[in-house]
Amino acid sequence: MEAFTRLDAKAAPLPLANIDTDQIIPKQFLKTVERKGLAKGLFYEYRTDEQGRENPDFVLNQPAYKGAGVLITGDNFGCGSSREHAPWALMDFGIKAVISTSFADIFYNNCFQNGLLPVVLKAEEVQQLMDEARGGNHVTSIDLEAQTVTSPSGAVFRFEIDPNRKAKMLRGLDAIGETLQAAPSIDLYEQKRALAQPWLEGA
Amino acid sequence: MAGKTLYDKIWDAHVVDTQDGESILYIDLHLIHEVTTPQAFAGLRANRRGVRRPDRTLAVADHNVPTEGQALGVDAVADEEARLQLQTLGKNVAEYGIEYFPMGDIRNGIVHVVGPEQGRTQPGMTIVCGDSHTSTHGAFGALAHGIGTSEVEHVLATQTLRQKKAKNFRVRIEGEPAPGVGAKDYALAVIGEIGTAGGTGYVIEYAGSAVRALSMEGRMTLCNLTIEGGARAGLVAPDETTFEYIKGRPAAPKGGAWEMALSYWKTFFTDEDAVFDREIVLDAATIAPSVTWGTSPEDVIPITGVVPSPDSFDTPDKRASAARALEYMGLTAGQKITDAKVDVVFIGSCTNSRIEDLRAAAAIAEGRRVAEGVRAMVVPGSGLVAAQAEEEGLDEVFKAAGFEWREPGCSMCLGMNPDKLTPGQRSASTSNRNFEGRQGRGGRTHLMSPAMAAAAAIAGHIADVRDFLK
Repeated sequence: MEAFTRLDAKAAPLPLANIDTDQIIPKQFLKTVERKGLAKGLFYEYRTDEQGRENPDFVLNQPAYKGAGVLITGDNFGCGSSREHAPWALMDFGIKAVISTSFADIFYNNCFQNGLLPVVLKAEEVQQLMDEARGGNHVTSIDLEAQTVTSPSGAVFRFEIDPNRKAKMLRGLDAIGETLQAAPSIDLYEQKRALAQPWLEGA
Repeated sequence: MAGKTLYDKIWDAHVVDTQDGESILYIDLHLIHEVTTPQAFAGLRANRRGVRRPDRTLAVADHNVPTEGQALGVDAVADEEARLQLQTLGKNVAEYGIEYFPMGDIRNGIVHVVGPEQGRTQPGMTIVCGDSHTSTHGAFGALAHGIGTSEVEHVLATQTLRQKKAKNFRVRIEGEPAPGVGAKDYALAVIGEIGTAGGTGYVIEYAGSAVRALSMEGRMTLCNLTIEGGARAGLVAPDETTFEYIKGRPAAPKGGAWEMALSYWKTFFTDEDAVFDREIVLDAATIAPSVTWGTSPEDVIPITGVVPSPDSFDTPDKRASAARALEYMGLTAGQKITDAKVDVVFIGSCTNSRIEDLRAAAAIAEGRRVAEGVRAMVVPGSGLVAAQAEEEGLDEVFKAAGFEWREPGCSMCLGMNPDKLTPGQRSASTSNRNFEGRQGRGGRTHLMSPAMAAAAAIAGHIADVRDFLK
């Protein structure tokens, strides 16, 4: 996993609530056995019409937002399916941070497994960032160490993040390696469980 | 000191270690399927890690499988990518020694139907699966929720999950429901009440006399839809209904172990003096047969209701989403929902494909005919559900009424296999998500109970099941 420290990038506004993971990456792109190459499926039904042609109205297709690294969006982003293909597709497309008023639990969790930063801000702050993100040459900056988002006009908004998650994100740490350091505790737990719930052994 | 909730008790019984406010939680049962695991196994290999407890892992093939011709096996699956995913799962489970019910095995079916049916799902357990509807298993008083693929890899390697504890939310449903109203209507009513993000950060415990009165199938439907309200997990405390369901199933404890298990399971209930962070109470008697009008499960109205106006929503992004939903669904604000004609009826999915669901739909279908021009399909949740339904003659009832009787799988719930809506088609569906494109690009989904879906098939439009009750 790549470390996330600071990001200076164009931000694309997508002002809709309850964008679910089926919208982020529709099911026909879930049949892969790889983590890479999912950018082609990102927001597929927004980005293309029924014939598969590019929809020029969709924000990420507009020239002003080419190369956007931040997505600013409505409440409850990432609800629905647990598919980790959603953060994979965002990352593969070049989105490294998503700003919203709230995220669905499983999606939020999946972001941290992949170095995609979900940022929760207040409704009026998200609105201001969306307003400022309209049009051409703007850069939104996110500093994870300082826990701040700086708007193109220089307004600074502070966000909250779990200190553990922040530390792992800053260093790009692998959770499995960390957990395996607790292997003796897992062994002990399993020994106790085998005595207390023998019917779960050797099933 | 306040007592503990059911969730607190399961949590406490599974904490292996706590590091900096994050707990390592032991996982008792890991269910896996073909779609969310290939990258996890690839990760294990890349890091030269093994599967810690293959015996606590069970694999099925469900999302991708076609619902006909399953006896021909995986090699006959026409979709090349789907076939590759299924073959990849077959190779992975063989390499790591994980039990697998492949396509065509009578025990195969939708992962959330198979776990309980096999007696694998038990009270007091922690259960995870790379699928958000893992919340289903909470019906047994197990802490069960969906995880992403990185976490699947984590569980395969360590049999644990790193977690922060959620808050406690109790939903009490009290009283007697009116005829034609059941678990699906309760679930939709709860989501309509709290919204799709209302449960975010919580584990929901369902309680109250109406929940106690539900069968295991009904409790599974209720817990299944918990994720649509934003909570990862739903719970119902185990009771005699639970124990009776588990007894005698293939993985249920046998002999002396049964008594031992029973006394353990009976410790999982919420203490009288436990405190919940949030609580709501619904009166079952006031819940009507429910149906969704929009593209989010919170877009719920009673069957007697009308499609709402976007202006009735309180925030700009919600108004924008509602306007988009109306356009997508081809509906007009103010129209009666029963005026919406349906093209397809889908009875199936991990929400509603169990024997009781099929019985409820068959009771409406019996002696009637599917309306002209409507394609109606019934997809049992597993090979064993299909066999039981056939033994009861339900397949004949459906076929005589003009329904297709198909082979088990996720089918049209998510459009990852040949069962899909075409653009503009409207479906009455017993599944769990009415998202844009969920059942096929441009498809328009209305969620409802199995009996309501059967009624829509007969009427040719969304209909009030109460008009069909004899």
